[in-house]
Amino acid sequence: MKNKFLASAAMAVSMMAGSAYADGQLNLVCSTQQDWCEKMVAEFERETGIDVKAVRKSTGETLAQVRAEASNPKIDVWWGGTGDPHLQAAELGLSAQYDSPELGNLLGWASNMHDISGGRTAGIYAGALGFGYNTEIFAEKGLEPPACWSDLLDPSYEDEIQMSNPHSSGTAYTVLATMTQLLGEDEAFKYLASLGNNISSYTKSGSAPGKNVARGEAGIAIGFQHDMIKLAGEGFPIMIVSPCEGTGYEVGSVSIIEGAKNLENAQKWVDFALSAEGQEIGAKVKNYQVPSNSGAAMPKEAPDFASLKLIDYDFATYGSTDTRTKLLVRWDEEVGTN
Amino acid sequence: MKRSTIALWFWIACIAVVLLPWYAQPDGVFSFDWMARLFVGDPGSYSALALLLQSGASWFIPVVFTLLGLSYAIFRMEGVKQARAVTALAAFGALFTLAQGWMFGYGGAPGTEEITGALGRQAAFGAGALVTLSAFLLLSAIGISGLGRGQGDAFVVSGIVVIAALIGIFVFFPVGHILLRALFDNAGQFDLGNMFSRLFSAKIWSMNCFIGAGSCGPAINSFMLGLATATGTTLLGLSFALIATRTDFKAKKLLRVLTVLPIITPPFVIGLALILILGRQGFVSEFLNEWFDIPKSRWAYGFFGVWLAQMLSFTPIAFLVIIGVVEGVSPSLEEASQTLRANRWETFRKVSFPLMRPGLANAFLIGFIESVADFGNPLVLGSGYNVLSTEIFFAIVGAQEDANGAAVLALVLLSLTLTAFIAQRAWLGKKNYTSVTGKADNGAHAPMNPALAAVCYCTAVPWAIFTAIVYSMIVFGGFVTLWGINHSFTLNHYISAFGVEWTEHGLWFGGAAWDSYFTTLRISALAAPLTAIVGLLTAYLLVRQRFIGRDLFEFGTMLSFAIPGTVIGVSYIMAFNVPPIELTGTGAILIICFMFRNMPVGVRGGMAALTQLDKSLDEASITLGANSATTVRRVIIPLVGPAILAAVTYSFVRAITSVSAVIFLVSAEHNMATAYIIGLVENGDFGVAIAYCTVLIVTMLVAILGLQAIIGTTKLRRQNRLAKAQKAAA
Repeated sequence: MKNKFLASAAMAVSMMAGSAYADGQLNLVCSTQQDWCEKMVAEFERETGIDVKAVRKSTGETLAQVRAEASNPKIDVWWGGTGDPHLQAAELGLSAQYDSPELGNLLGWASNMHDISGGRTAGIYAGALGFGYNTEIFAEKGLEPPACWSDLLDPSYEDEIQMSNPHSSGTAYTVLATMTQLLGEDEAFKYLASLGNNISSYTKSGSAPGKNVARGEAGIAIGFQHDMIKLAGEGFPIMIVSPCEGTGYEVGSVSIIEGAKNLENAQKWVDFALSAEGQEIGAKVKNYQVPSNSGAAMPKEAPDFASLKLIDYDFATYGSTDTRTKLLVRWDEEVGTN
Repeated sequence: MKRSTIALWFWIACIAVVLLPWYAQPDGVFSFDWMARLFVGDPGSYSALALLLQSGASWFIPVVFTLLGLSYAIFRMEGVKQARAVTALAAFGALFTLAQGWMFGYGGAPGTEEITGALGRQAAFGAGALVTLSAFLLLSAIGISGLGRGQGDAFVVSGIVVIAALIGIFVFFPVGHILLRALFDNAGQFDLGNMFSRLFSAKIWSMNCFIGAGSCGPAINSFMLGLATATGTTLLGLSFALIATRTDFKAKKLLRVLTVLPIITPPFVIGLALILILGRQGFVSEFLNEWFDIPKSRWAYGFFGVWLAQMLSFTPIAFLVIIGVVEGVSPSLEEASQTLRANRWETFRKVSFPLMRPGLANAFLIGFIESVADFGNPLVLGSGYNVLSTEIFFAIVGAQEDANGAAVLALVLLSLTLTAFIAQRAWLGKKNYTSVTGKADNGAHAPMNPALAAVCYCTAVPWAIFTAIVYSMIVFGGFVTLWGINHSFTLNHYISAFGVEWTEHGLWFGGAAWDSYFTTLRISALAAPLTAIVGLLTAYLLVRQRFIGRDLFEFGTMLSFAIPGTVIGVSYIMAFNVPPIELTGTGAILIICFMFRNMPVGVRGGMAALTQLDKSLDEASITLGANSATTVRRVIIPLVGPAILAAVTYSFVRAITSVSAVIFLVSAEHNMATAYIIGLVENGDFGVAIAYCTVLIVTMLVAILGLQAIIGTTKLRRQNRLAKAQKAAA
């Protein structure tokens, strides 16, 4: 029982943005970078007059909340973040089926997400995994830059590498799934366990290792290349490497939550997020993922997917709850987070 | 028992049952959209009576019969018989109204599906249910007062009943919920063995770090950190307090400012500033590397960094707790000791120090609880040092959604704080620490023994300088382009967070932080007075009234303080995410959470202020024919102005700065500043995060000064006399 009188009185006093826009509401959770989320919201509000309440939460936090609220969802649409948890939500029936008119304009990997999820999610961008290393630290300590996944096991990198924790971050889960597909499950866990010797900290958020390397708090980060390209563009001394064995990639997705209270506005958001115009916003705030709409201009800083050695990432298998739970339990047993 | 009052509440209950929508309305009961839905026959907007007659909700029959019974008791009965009947009927009505929410419908008792039938599960309590419940509660309270309990005073009994009900629903129910959750595994099966094996698992209690074989479990880590922080803050707080009271240190005012600052600082900001100073690229590491060839390392992460950040954050609280006690130690006793030829050191050790024990014990306890409950600093600086509060968080939000694991960890955390609580009581024992008496208490405090004074200066002054550096870093960090890389001056962080544009639609608050900033202000401004009212009313009842179960009542009000915020946050989402009490995603859950988390301080402050007021003032008022409600309004409230100011200020500040509970309860619509800043910190956007924190600190300073101007400080004649006496003595 919300006290509308008080709320609107306070709104009037504070002259909030929302008071000028009266075309309904949208509750949005972003799992992208904060600045991108904000720019998207601002542009969407400007275009549609819909008042968007947005909060940024990591994919893990969001999925936990969507699950907890299944009987009575408070979120309308979930935008951004690795595709796996979006697929999980689709598998659990937590997201709603929607065929956006923009679907026809999407690239193959993006409409693939739509197909394997039964139409419950769609790809908005893609980004490849890679490493970033701090050039200053490397020069200072006289280290050789890594070129391959196997190089990361080099003892000279002891306590220099950071990656995120797959329990809380979709990025790290993509690493886990990528290594499993590259090396086979047993070998992958052997690799990750010995990689653990060189890891100084498993951060909670997927983009934190890149930021820490940029500021020189760590030497090497494992994460998405586009996050680190952004940092390099801001002037941080960070170099990006695509692993020689090949690498996995994420397809950032957008899903409408089943039972959304503002369904129409949520569909408008999805249309906007899949449109060429909506996807070009990312590059404006220096987020260099590869857009999924074939009509969207490719940011020149984005890693060229054609020249990357990408593995044939099996989203259907590694996005399923069973595989995920199995891999995470094994992670706890064999790698741990300490 | 006035028939008019009781009839009023009776009619309110009737209106609620007959007219108001029983369930919560999606757009609020005040929007009146539910009336439109009424005509299309949506049972969601029906009143209880309509549900009973139209949808066959037979479980409302007892509610209707209670009302019929009450009408007979109120209008046909007299005296004690009437009071007894009203009490019994209304109490039954309240309990049944509450219970039916769980019994029928959502996850209800087996077999009730047949009764609920086509209606399916029940939605959350709405206006109808809440008003009915409140009216029944108040009727039962008035009935009890009619039996002569609580001096036959309806106000007193209602106060006790209402606060007990609130504590029951918003403290005991959620906490009980989380304890129960530990008993059931994640598939929902009752499994005691599972709980015990998890409760005592090596994963939680591992002591490997002592034998050099890896890291310790989070319980041991939290415990060690708590001990270290509590010891450190208590000692430093004592140093500051001794300097402030027992020396003629010149810059005491500055010392005061330094002690207020951390209290109004969002906790993890200090962690941030520490990274900027002591991190691998911080200037201290640079300096050490440059001059002493010590390689830059991540030494500031882990135990040491978290401990340092907690010391910076919690020392002021220890100081504030201790200084009251240090000031209170009677100078006469110290003089007596010196007259008996004890030197200054012996006087301190044998007289002053033992008398300060309650202050030290309280400071230690608060330091310990704050430390184990702290969420922001371990998140920012913990690195591999896992503590319970962050582990609980990631058990909930992690991909496996391990609610049972979180509940078990919460139990461990709770047991740690309760142990500290009990240990503190035991150490204080039953000794008498009274030294503030009504008797003439002349004399001056003994100056400190020079060696002790030197120790105090040597710890406190460098610490104060360190705090000052940390805070100048915070301000500095908000104005430079890229910390550690590019130190050119910029306003961009402030513009991106708090930018304002003029568009065709009018003034547009385009800055990213405005939404959460306004939400924070609105919620804190609503929570602060409510917290103060509940806290002070509770204090009044505890100090001025004698009733059965008073001790339990007092324990209940303190419970939410002893429980760390993380646990409260988790227990709130577990307990209040489903009907009948469904609050997640609303602003109300934040307000309620703040109310019951911060209430204990209002209670303590209120009790202290009230014990100073002579009871004869109330009695005079009562003798002159005022009832207790009038006495509170006309006599007590004007006299406890400072306590009210303190309670309002404290709850306002805590609502703005708290993180651990809030992080679970925020939603897209109600995002709080601290949760937003945590997101920025996690992403490494330090510039904007620090800019936002600076704005919050300034906001709180303005609010504190504003509150002081509005509420003002009550001038007690007694205080003036005391001051005069002191002047005369000097």
